[in-house]
Amino acid sequence: MQQSISPSPRSRGSSGAGADKFFEWLCVGAGLFVLCLLGAIIVTLFIGGLPAFQEFGIQFLWSTAWQPVEGRENYGAAVPIIGTIVTSVLAIFIAVPVAFGIAFYLTELAPQWLRQPVGTAIELLAAVPSIIFGMWGLFVLVPIIQNYIQLPFGAALSALPLIGVIFDSNNFAGTSVFAASMVLAIMILPFIAATMRDVFMQVPPVYKESAYGLGATRWEVVRGVVIPYTRISVVGGIMLGLGRALGETMAVTFVIGNANRMFTSVFDPSTTIASVVAMEFPESLMGSLKQSSLLALGFLLFVISFIVLAISRWLLRSRLK
Amino acid sequence: MEMPVNRRSLFALAAGTAAVPMLARPAFAQLATVTGAGATFPRPVYERWGQAAREGVGIQLNYQSIGSGGGINQITNRTVDFGATDAPRNEAQLREANLIQFPTVMGSVVLIVNLPGIADNALKLTPEIITDIFLGRVTRWNDPRLVEMNRELRMPNLPVSPAYRADASGTTFVFTTYLSRVSETWKNGPGAATSVQWPVGNGARGNEGVSNAVRNTPGAIGYTENAYATVNRLITTQIRNKAGNFVLPVMETFQAAAGTADWTRPGFAADMVDLSGPNVWPIVSPTFILLPTNPVADRVVGSRNTMRFFDWAYRNGADAARRLEYIPIPEAVQNAVRATWSQVRDPSGAAIWTGSAS
Repeated sequence: MQQSISPSPRSRGSSGAGADKFFEWLCVGAGLFVLCLLGAIIVTLFIGGLPAFQEFGIQFLWSTAWQPVEGRENYGAAVPIIGTIVTSVLAIFIAVPVAFGIAFYLTELAPQWLRQPVGTAIELLAAVPSIIFGMWGLFVLVPIIQNYIQLPFGAALSALPLIGVIFDSNNFAGTSVFAASMVLAIMILPFIAATMRDVFMQVPPVYKESAYGLGATRWEVVRGVVIPYTRISVVGGIMLGLGRALGETMAVTFVIGNANRMFTSVFDPSTTIASVVAMEFPESLMGSLKQSSLLALGFLLFVISFIVLAISRWLLRSRLK
Repeated sequence: MEMPVNRRSLFALAAGTAAVPMLARPAFAQLATVTGAGATFPRPVYERWGQAAREGVGIQLNYQSIGSGGGINQITNRTVDFGATDAPRNEAQLREANLIQFPTVMGSVVLIVNLPGIADNALKLTPEIITDIFLGRVTRWNDPRLVEMNRELRMPNLPVSPAYRADASGTTFVFTTYLSRVSETWKNGPGAATSVQWPVGNGARGNEGVSNAVRNTPGAIGYTENAYATVNRLITTQIRNKAGNFVLPVMETFQAAAGTADWTRPGFAADMVDLSGPNVWPIVSPTFILLPTNPVADRVVGSRNTMRFFDWAYRNGADAARRLEYIPIPEAVQNAVRATWSQVRDPSGAAIWTGSAS
């Protein structure tokens, strides 16, 4: 009686088993390859940047010097790091409320016939190459900031109590931290808005209808039902935008003013890690102190991205279990 | 018959469109290509020469103006046929990298300003004021010293916005060499190099970027090669030279400086910054080409074509250079340059350049 057990699925078609195994190895190989590539990049950056860390020590992290003249070379990472963090954080502050408004509009307020076109338009914004944003920023946004924000309102803004000092600047060229933050905000807007819209639409209608049934207003429904339900994905979308903002090169280089000096105002020029590497890498000779300082900066950008990722996972720790 | 719109027809259309550029290829196959990279200082005149050389000597020039520092780097790594720089290399550096260096034209660095109501070549500046502007000590255009010097002009009450080169640049090298010569503070502070730490101002990429930055900001001042100011019709200034005269950035003053150059220095690195003649423009410099003396086998043709191109440019390119307000190299120096080309040898040791007929 035990002989009538049906044969195991493996033995049914031997040609299928080999192909299955091969496909499995391909997938495992692809995953391992990505991990190894990431590890290799980190190791290369660290080894390349080691001479700079050895020359300047831990002071490299907070030194604001950037003296490239041969014979008195002194490089420090403070200005690029702070420029990167400040422009990205400002971009997030500008982009997140606007993205939230777009998502809210598309899911709750817009008439049905308008949702698809506006949604497509937002997604097309993500497809624009970043250098186009740089050019647009330089030729359109910078003169607008110069002529319509700084010149008429600069003095009034810097006279504000407490926060006025961040607007007080002698730089009227328009290329500044503020311009870079605006361009970055527009660039990361589509990612955050698209993510938010998608997850807002996934909220089961029965939850929202129950809230409406109890007499909640639209804003109360969004604040009390939709956002708590979608919190993980919203934070994920914001981190996606922040990651893009941290690494953005060409758009920022055009509009940030490329000044390796610590800035005291949002209208001052500054620089970011990606921007200083893009400007100065072509001229740095192989093996020189300048090149290893730039590689060290690249490594530090990696470290900042990891820290941002860690912070986002910590923010969601209670939800992700 | 109506064309069906399905995947197959769309694929055929895409493949056909992609194949079109390849059809045009045979027409250009006869031209020899020469690749070079480096200074933005001479880019306008190299581009003119490049266009004329296609019929003139059958050579297609592919020049990327990435800045002098980038040019030095690329030719040291032998990724291009020649490098271009305004910052001359000294003998030790040339020997170590197996390069020869020769000049092609001379150009001048001028100051461009964006001041409404001020005409071209009307504003007068002294070396001390220029240094103070770039050190950040002069912050408004109606500063008493500027008003004093320019009594016949109405100086606007605009903030001073200096613009400088953010990338490594021979133009920066020439300009900061001038500032270091006229100011002890500048020499001990930012110093003279292709890339320095600027105390104030905004950085832009290339001579093109600085021109753009100045054009877009009222109250901006920047330094560029003269051809960019001419071609883009930007407002330039007078400078007081070492003899105490205010000179205009015109061909006469450039040629007065070029005429006193000493070409016997190694690598033809004639120094024309802050000369003491009565009518000289204080910031003039030759721009140089770097050529390897030991090209590998598959670079020999490129090396020969580079020398053919510049030989042709020496003989036929003077008019184009003058029209862009560069100064051609004197004939005696051209012959001395051709003599140094015999140092360029192929892997078997034979000289690649054998005269204008090669």
